[in-house]
Amino acid sequence: MKHLKEEELIAYREGVAEQRAVISEHLAGCEECRGELERIDAVLAALDTLPVPDPGGDYGRHVWQQIAPRLPEKAGQWWQVWMEPPRLAAAGGILALILVAFVAGRISKRGNAPDNIANQGQVRERVLVVAVGEHLGHSERMLVELSNAAPNNPKQKEVNISAQQRRAEDLLEDNRLYRQTALQEGDAGLASVLDELERVLLDVAHSSGEVTPAQLEAIQKKIEGRGILFKVRVVNKELQQREEATRPAPAQKESAKRERNKA
Amino acid sequence: MNRMQQSVDSTQAIAESDAVAVERTLAGDRDAYRVLVERHSHNVFRLAYRMTSNRHDAEEVVQEAFLRGYQKLGQFAARSNFGTWVYRIAANYAIDRMRQRQKEESRRQVPRAEESDGMENDPLNRVQDTAPTPERLTQSIELRKQMELALAALSEAERTAFVMRHWEGCGIEEIAAVLKSSSNATKNTVFRAVQKLRQALQPFVETKTQARAMGTES
Repeated sequence: MKHLKEEELIAYREGVAEQRAVISEHLAGCEECRGELERIDAVLAALDTLPVPDPGGDYGRHVWQQIAPRLPEKAGQWWQVWMEPPRLAAAGGILALILVAFVAGRISKRGNAPDNIANQGQVRERVLVVAVGEHLGHSERMLVELSNAAPNNPKQKEVNISAQQRRAEDLLEDNRLYRQTALQEGDAGLASVLDELERVLLDVAHSSGEVTPAQLEAIQKKIEGRGILFKVRVVNKELQQREEATRPAPAQKESAKRERNKA
Repeated sequence: MNRMQQSVDSTQAIAESDAVAVERTLAGDRDAYRVLVERHSHNVFRLAYRMTSNRHDAEEVVQEAFLRGYQKLGQFAARSNFGTWVYRIAANYAIDRMRQRQKEESRRQVPRAEESDGMENDPLNRVQDTAPTPERLTQSIELRKQMELALAALSEAERTAFVMRHWEGCGIEEIAAVLKSSSNATKNTVFRAVQKLRQALQPFVETKTQARAMGTES
């Protein structure tokens, strides 16, 4: 008896077999193929036990709250994707970068191509470094405020952190863009810290505006546990050093150049 | 009316109500889109999580899918099913996210310290299994880790095909559209995915036949 191929059994199991009736008939009379199908079933049944976390009953409402401020006025206008504030800022950044690179290319000496490429790379890096530095500064301030937040008196049942929560929401979108840019630029270290920061921002953005002292303590423990404030400070310091290192030397005055040429 | 008929009717009712919401959204009623978001978020999250194995990425995929859906709603064919359509957008974005993650991981070249999916709180993580019987093994975290590793070892196309077909019950044509591939090639991708998973997991999984032979089947 010719047995079924593994491909046919998997296709049968996954409901994509073309000759389903023929396979069924064969399986009814062939113990070996039934055994093989059972082994495939066992693997797939085990995979079915992998849990998917429950995002919560009001998850749909939460998604809407997250995306509603970013939706353009009218649906169906794909070009408006570039009109939402974070992307507009990114687009503006890219445009500025192109402009700076273009101007740098025009004013720098011709016949010095490798230097030009290096300069353009430096300019690009500088723009990213300055923007991310500012972003990390804002994130650090928000996290410090949150870490220092406490009830005004022991009887206070809820602490208002809605200001920090809203800022975390705003920072979240910028953070995603910077992380993606850092990845594209091949800066894995920076991308990794931004990834960690994103998780903390996500936690804060997802929390309620009014939290109990116990909930606040849990958030603060999370921030402390991940050591994110320390990492953000270290990376920000590093970025400042990088920014100083990539800062162009002051341009020589024309008169000084003329004097040097005379000599 | 039997249960199956009720289920078909309710699916039709949702599709019709989705179509109305899409029309209203396109007419300028933003709140109508809210209905669609709230209705389909859970399903899109489940797909995204199964594709990315990461809650944080899954949430990003869900938000991005609905944002892109809103922006592209003009391209949505009225006769289509909104749920299926937004699924496709989410699957495409999840593929991008998986690629990005892989690049990130390969640059880092060290395993992730933690994934905040509740795994760190899983009591099974703390269990030292000194004598793993086949029964315990199937329920243990060891198997779970092996399954996660096996899924992670699939290519993006294989994982997408497997998740969409096996777990989400999507049609081959629908998966083929996401993978930008033919139906036959997509069927092959499903096959390759299951074959790879089987090769990786078979040694850890007890079959009914074995259980019967050992008298451990419940």
